[in-house]
Amino acid sequence: MATHLSYGRVNLNVLREAVRRELREFLDKCAGSKAIVWDEYLTGPFGLIAQYSLLKEHEVEKMFTLKGSRLPAADVKNIIFVVRPRLELMDIISENVLSEDRRGPARDFHILFVPRRSLLCEQRLKDLGVLGSFIHREEYSLDLIPFDGDLLSMESEGAFKECYLESDQTSLYHAAKGLMTLQALYGTIPQIFGKGECARQVANMMIRMKREFTGSQNSIFPVFDNLLLLDRNVDLLTPLATQLTYEGLIDEIYGIQNSYVKLPPEKFAPKKQGDGGKDLPTEAKKLQLNSAEELYAEIRDKNFNAVGSVLSKKAKVISAAFEERHNAKTVGEIKQFVSQLPHMQAARGSLANHTSIAELIKDVTTSEDFFDKLTVEQEFMSGIDTDKVNSYIEDCIAQKHPLIKVLRLVCLQSVCNSGLKQKVLDYYKREILQTYGYEHILTLHNLEKTGLLKPQTGGRNTYPTIRKTLRLWMDDVNEQNPTDISYVYSGYAPLSVRLAQLLSRPGWRSIEEVLRILPGPHFEERQPLPTGLQKKRQPGENRVTLIFFLGGVTFAEIAALRFLSQLEDGGRSKETYR
Amino acid sequence: MNRTKGDEEEYWNSSKFKAFTFDDDDDELSQLKESKRAVNSLRDFVDDDDDDDLERVSWSGEPVGRRTRPGSFQSLSDALSDTPAKSYAPELGRPKGEYRDYSNDWSPSDTVQRLRKGKVCSLERFRSLQDKLQLLEEAVSMHDGNVITAVLIFLKRTLSKEILFRELEVRQVALRHLIHFLKEIGDQKLLLDLFRFLDRTEELALTHYREHLNIQDPEKRKEFLKTCIGLPFSAEDSAHIQDHYTLLERQIIIEANDRHLESAGQTEIFRKHPRKASILNMPLVTTLFYSCFYHYTEAEGTFSSPVNLKKTFKIPDKQYVLTALAARAKLRAWHDVDALFTTKNWLGYTKKRAPIGFHRVVEILHKNSAPVQILQEYVNLVEDVDTKLNLATKFKCHDVVIDTCRDLKDRQQLLAYRSKVDKGSAEEEKIDAILNSSQIRWKN
Repeated sequence: MATHLSYGRVNLNVLREAVRRELREFLDKCAGSKAIVWDEYLTGPFGLIAQYSLLKEHEVEKMFTLKGSRLPAADVKNIIFVVRPRLELMDIISENVLSEDRRGPARDFHILFVPRRSLLCEQRLKDLGVLGSFIHREEYSLDLIPFDGDLLSMESEGAFKECYLESDQTSLYHAAKGLMTLQALYGTIPQIFGKGECARQVANMMIRMKREFTGSQNSIFPVFDNLLLLDRNVDLLTPLATQLTYEGLIDEIYGIQNSYVKLPPEKFAPKKQGDGGKDLPTEAKKLQLNSAEELYAEIRDKNFNAVGSVLSKKAKVISAAFEERHNAKTVGEIKQFVSQLPHMQAARGSLANHTSIAELIKDVTTSEDFFDKLTVEQEFMSGIDTDKVNSYIEDCIAQKHPLIKVLRLVCLQSVCNSGLKQKVLDYYKREILQTYGYEHILTLHNLEKTGLLKPQTGGRNTYPTIRKTLRLWMDDVNEQNPTDISYVYSGYAPLSVRLAQLLSRPGWRSIEEVLRILPGPHFEERQPLPTGLQKKRQPGENRVTLIFFLGGVTFAEIAALRFLSQLEDGGRSKETYR
Repeated sequence: MNRTKGDEEEYWNSSKFKAFTFDDDDDELSQLKESKRAVNSLRDFVDDDDDDDLERVSWSGEPVGRRTRPGSFQSLSDALSDTPAKSYAPELGRPKGEYRDYSNDWSPSDTVQRLRKGKVCSLERFRSLQDKLQLLEEAVSMHDGNVITAVLIFLKRTLSKEILFRELEVRQVALRHLIHFLKEIGDQKLLLDLFRFLDRTEELALTHYREHLNIQDPEKRKEFLKTCIGLPFSAEDSAHIQDHYTLLERQIIIEANDRHLESAGQTEIFRKHPRKASILNMPLVTTLFYSCFYHYTEAEGTFSSPVNLKKTFKIPDKQYVLTALAARAKLRAWHDVDALFTTKNWLGYTKKRAPIGFHRVVEILHKNSAPVQILQEYVNLVEDVDTKLNLATKFKCHDVVIDTCRDLKDRQQLLAYRSKVDKGSAEEEKIDAILNSSQIRWKN
């Protein structure tokens, strides 16, 4: 059991167990010894659900990564391919199957599609002549994966592209299915709010799916009071800005995947005396980051500038604790001290890791370039000079900084200006194409299609209205002891979170005008509950809201939501959909 | 009817027939079209005892228990393709439940339900256009991608291109799905036809252009790019596409020429700085840098000269100067750097000017380890005093610091800087001389 999943208002271990059970059932279906061939992309998310020990219990003896040509030798009865439904993977699988050594003992093949089977994929396998080789061919609907006590994710990397670039609804269907699973385990959610086209679609699908399941009424007492569905493209600004929370910065600089981060090893090499630095580790240091680690839970959502003082206080506390050994005189006292040692050592190790990470981050945040970039971002977000070519951006292009950095900045400028003046846009486009290559005509076209970088149409910049009405830019931000969600970007309050905040108090009716400017419809739906299950909140007990971002969420937004939770003392579970 | 359904449910839930492959069924049905009634009458000949055997038949028709080897699937895929099958006799190999499929008329909505559950289902019965469209509508309202794809595959096969396009034009969801599906299976031709039909000209142009990324051979890619010129891009993009073609055309010539020069071993620049990579498919600015590095002195007439590139691609002064500076600085060709910024005014005096700030020049020079004297000269040209002082201090251009402090009449700063210079050096003497000068009215 993953204890950190039970900490929040909602016990996500229930979901995790349900998901594990399904996996066990499939493994048992393929009776006998087995080897699993993994689609590399899935190993991360699966790692959050089941460790190798669970697989071993079900006779999984070997595990391989999906690769071309022949499968490695393994004395097992079954080979199970666990893959996403992607055509190119089908090609690799068929290579594996076709190059099977017939001289060796025969092995049974099975395939598990995650999260869904695909007609096209099975067609491909058929065309390649291997479809019939598989005995069990099933889907494992791993839609929502618990990441932490208040966080779930679909880890659907193509979701934003599919939803907003290609207007393809497949990922939305998965989202709806995931929500149905949640409702089956945690009860029907009585109220659904939403903003955006995709949100509307998901709500419609949910309602339709519920209708189809009539007959078996859900008798579980509802855990969630509300569901808020938000399209990512309602707030394109937030993901473009540089996150400034501790966890946000780790993600910006090193990237957090499935709660893991890979860090440069030099900083984490154990200091051995007299070793002189030989045998430095060359492999990246991999750390898991979730609320199971006490210190991390404390600092992850803080603005980075407030982390230093927490770490130094912690250092003092831990030092003092270790000093206690001098005070332990009696056998009883010594025994007590020794029993606490493992906890203290873990705390000390945790402190050492995060001190190193904080140092690494500080190297970046104190650099001149970081300061210049942040200045430009904040100018844009507060509405300054968004209508002309920015010289810092020009310099970045001239020095050929990473394209993603340049694109984030020009898109940020575009969003804060409701689109760029044609001249300005053409200028940037030209510079980008000449510096990074003409093939980026395609990149720029895609950005325009999603609304991230586009010409100004209609001549009016609506961003100032949105900014002022929703109070997105707060001049007097307190990073150490924040009073408002704007601390996560040191001044900018994430639009998406502001919407969630205003929904709960005083309600969206107060911001009708702004909602009309933002893309997509906004709506409210009620799902009837059987009498007896209707919730009556005790005085002082706050509502539990499930917020679903359709298209991805940033760590900074999660931090802001957690902050809101604390403010209102209400429970918010966040779901992301990446 | 209900009991039949119940039997079938049980069958489907217990058998190994988990796949749904429509071509599979369609093919058999097209064979059985005439013998539909015959098939139905066969039902009477199949009694319950046979069910046991049938249930253990794998979907390929071969009894389970025998090792299924890859080799034997050649005939299987033949059987399942659209070409007429061999001696595979589905009517006898099929379990009892199957026949009911052929005789019953599942409505579009029922069909779609069955498809969603992954059950084998024939779509051939939907003959008329109206039936097909109704089936599509049902599939779309279900939102299930697999079902929509299945129906689209069927429509793609049984409708003419024009009718398919015409009908989908007014059905946005299905249309988007078809586009996604065509992209996924790589049916470029049909995709382009579709865009042409929908008059989505810009998308047509971009989709066609995207193909160039799949062409590795430079000559072929160049020829392909040529076909992109004149496509309905926006005016701005059309110019860029033209440039892309021209650039690759030039790069091919330069590459061939330079490779020849390099192997001949006679040209100094190539001997001293052997090329690390080919210039093909590099962005324009990179190409300009390369040209400023290896072909700086060439006259405008050659394709490889920087001036030619500047003119052909209308590279603005700013970009040109920056790139040339970077290239010459890398080669430590300080005279060339000088010449870049020197202009003669009408009186014949030389003056230094730059379309980019001199602070940028200084940074680039420093990055290339320019000697202090050179750095100093350019730091002096920085207009903003604070920036000048900052850079001078950063890069240890002592004279500039000293002179600037003197000009600013900033005694404190000069004193502070004194401790940074070497003891007994000329700079220290200079500072002392200035500090002791009675002519300066210090402000602090």
